[in-house]
Amino acid sequence: MRLSFDKSSPGRRAIRPQASDIDKPVVINPSLLRRRPAELAELSELDVVRHFTALSKLNFGVDTGFYPLGSCTMKYNPKACERAAALPGFARLHPLLPQLPGGPNLVRGALAVLHEVDLLLREICGMAEFTLQPLAGAHGELTGAMIMAAYHADRGNAKTTILIPDSAHGTNPASAAIAGFTVKSIPSDADGLMDVDALAEAIDADVAGLMLTCPNTLGLFNPRVKDICRMIHDVDGLVYYDGANLNALLGRCRPGDLGFDIVHVNLHKTFATPHGGGGPGAGPVGVVRRLVDFLPISVVRMRQDGSYALDYDRPKSIGYVAPFYGNFGVIVRAYVYMLMLGRDGLRRVADHAVLNANYIRARLKDHYDLPHKQRCMHECVFSASRQLVRGVSAMDIAKGIIDRGMHPPTVYFPLTVKEAMMIEPTETESKQALDEFIDAMIALAELAESNPKAFAAMPTTTPVTRLDEVRAARKPDLASLAPTSPTS
Amino acid sequence: MPFIPHTNEERIEMLAAIGVTSLDELFAEIPPELRCEGLSLPVGLSEQQALAHMTTLAGQNATDLTLFLGGGFYDHYVPAAVEAIISRSEFYTAYTPYQPEISQGTLQAIYEYQSAMCRLTDMEVANASMYDGGTAMYEAVMMSLRITGRNRVIVDEGVSPIYRKMLRSYTTNLGIDLAETPTEAGLADRGKIVAELNDDTAAVVVANPNFFGCLDDLTGLADAAHARGALLIVSTYPIALGLIKTPGAMGADIVTGEGQSLGLPLSFGGPYLGFMTTRAKYVRKMPGRICGRTIDANGREGFVLTLQAREQHIRREKATSNICTNQSLCALTSLVYLSLLGKQGLVDLAQLCADKAHYAYQRLTAIPGVSMRFPSRWFFNEFVLELPAPARTVINRLLDRHIAAGFPLARYYSGMDKCLLLAVTEQRTKEDIDRLAAALEASL
Repeated sequence: MRLSFDKSSPGRRAIRPQASDIDKPVVINPSLLRRRPAELAELSELDVVRHFTALSKLNFGVDTGFYPLGSCTMKYNPKACERAAALPGFARLHPLLPQLPGGPNLVRGALAVLHEVDLLLREICGMAEFTLQPLAGAHGELTGAMIMAAYHADRGNAKTTILIPDSAHGTNPASAAIAGFTVKSIPSDADGLMDVDALAEAIDADVAGLMLTCPNTLGLFNPRVKDICRMIHDVDGLVYYDGANLNALLGRCRPGDLGFDIVHVNLHKTFATPHGGGGPGAGPVGVVRRLVDFLPISVVRMRQDGSYALDYDRPKSIGYVAPFYGNFGVIVRAYVYMLMLGRDGLRRVADHAVLNANYIRARLKDHYDLPHKQRCMHECVFSASRQLVRGVSAMDIAKGIIDRGMHPPTVYFPLTVKEAMMIEPTETESKQALDEFIDAMIALAELAESNPKAFAAMPTTTPVTRLDEVRAARKPDLASLAPTSPTS
Repeated sequence: MPFIPHTNEERIEMLAAIGVTSLDELFAEIPPELRCEGLSLPVGLSEQQALAHMTTLAGQNATDLTLFLGGGFYDHYVPAAVEAIISRSEFYTAYTPYQPEISQGTLQAIYEYQSAMCRLTDMEVANASMYDGGTAMYEAVMMSLRITGRNRVIVDEGVSPIYRKMLRSYTTNLGIDLAETPTEAGLADRGKIVAELNDDTAAVVVANPNFFGCLDDLTGLADAAHARGALLIVSTYPIALGLIKTPGAMGADIVTGEGQSLGLPLSFGGPYLGFMTTRAKYVRKMPGRICGRTIDANGREGFVLTLQAREQHIRREKATSNICTNQSLCALTSLVYLSLLGKQGLVDLAQLCADKAHYAYQRLTAIPGVSMRFPSRWFFNEFVLELPAPARTVINRLLDRHIAAGFPLARYYSGMDKCLLLAVTEQRTKEDIDRLAAALEASL
């Protein structure tokens, strides 16, 4: 579609700022001013609305159709949560108000939300306290790695290494590295779980901690997780729980009870806040009692009389990871979701997420290779290696699914499975939706046998077909610059 | 059951297909002693009950305040069309555009956002956005270390104190030589910064407008940094760029900032939008998602995520950043906002903010005992007043009249007990300002 900039007509206006009620416009020293206006689009309000409405129609969201993107928990985002976040009492609240004299009383309701969400997450995860500040899952990982560093510095431990299984998300090693740690990768065993013998070999006095996704990215629960935590604790290491897959365990099992010391939770996955086309999310981090002092500044405290205060005086804290209290609008949505589900609803989430994944696994297992034989949790990973023999890759299957009106699974992840297709249906999908997907997957497996060449042209139902990614990287066209730009 | 569609019959059918008889059996891999026997939480509420509760909580926040509070986060008007467009669930219920054929809406929006940010800052490339202005600044600092292979960074104290605290936290364990230089008369101190520059300096970090609202031409500073092989990182306020000299025109190498003012609600601190633009030659060192324009197999134009060899899902511990996604919906919001304002609209809006702020400055400094803290009279829409009484006391008195008069700078700067940082946006009327002036005079 044409760019908005290319639809411009010189002089056309949409929103006009209100007329000035100030008689005398200020004249600022010209040496401090820009030479010419930024070349923004010149459109009418209707032009803008049509342009973006047209763009929205080129998108696929959870509200459009089935979206079994593995590891991303693309569940339904309840509309009530949107309404709550838009309440003027939340949306119009300035984040610096609590820093004014008497400030916490100006934002009582907002602090109550933060406090309540902290309490709910503590109970759900079995942790002593949460910070809600991390602004995304990966940001939670970084916060967790910083807490590990602060803990070891406080103990006088000179520890340098974080262990991470090879099936982990790329954010784990990246987060550990930018927090200043060396990363050591632990291989998986034949069952797809972290190889405990290899772990035992890798553990030495330098080990600051282990980052583990549980169930792991293959959707498998490691029954030895408690032993693993003990092994790390034996060298005064900390065990980090990557909450990407918490949806599988809600109300069934708590990371704190498994022995984890630090937990991050993706509110945009487990707690149904929208993914926004790639953000904003939120990644609150919970810790066990002995790590509470290291949580970031500030912390919400409830006083004896039921009023709230923000605690900035935290000498052992890792400091500031976000400007304020986290992605508050996202936290409000997650809070409403938790309120509506309650104790029983949360457990049913895990039950049905796991039911749906295992149903897909059972119904597709004769058609695609299953790299691991044990039952899965909330997601199942297949391999298209059988289809690849016929020249049909996991990516080809993905494009075929697009033509059948659904979003494809995650492909080529985890890296430990060849031609991986990672399917996470979530609990909000009905049996009918799953059956439709299963039928499509079976039809594609059959097509791979009967007419593998048919895949090359897919997808055919979309506004563009396969894009030239090599060209995009070799000859980067990353912005439409204005012809008058001093840099163009 | 909220949001779970299964009927009892379907559940039984599905369990049979799996080959188990109960949901409990699906959790057999979890050893019994590790299982949770039920959370100690209240039962679920209906939607109506939950929203009634939220309305009560929202009502406990002070929404009747006339805000002169800024500090990097501003109360601008958000046009209705912005909310209408970003409420389209094709945008907000999608995820990162891994499958470009069904994500062209998000991808083209990101490309246009990148273009708009380049045009606004006079730079050549932008990423698809970051969490907020503070993390964007930290990422810019890390990027400058990668580009130069050096280890020292000089940060002017006119940069937001909150962002400086974030930068300190993030770099604690990295052995980076982080130097802070005090401002001189409210502006970056050229002499001190130049004195701190050495052959190990990767970047000088400044803000324009700075935390005090002061405007500066940083061209000379860019030249001085470049002369020693260091980069200039400028944190900026995008609405101000409707009027003020751009970081690009001053010779900045990396530009970052908080995009909240571009159509995002204040929302008690987030979600916000960190933007980053830079020179084309540095693009492969840039963190974050980047969208590029290309063609499809049939020669049609389209958009993809590109230059992914920098990123964590490919490079793991060697990636340029751990960031996984962008703040897509917030980036879209800012793009829609800028599209609605348009070329002249942003100029008019910036002028309006400046006019109102300067009117406030004249009214308030006419009050006996109230003066401008810094001699430079060039500011955009925010400035520092020196009061005859502690700023906290005055703020407290004005809060009783439902006016949030500004921010007490003593919280972050020593020796500024009587300093009030005050911002004016187009949302404040002349009457609001007159009321503030009367209330301030009465409170002294």
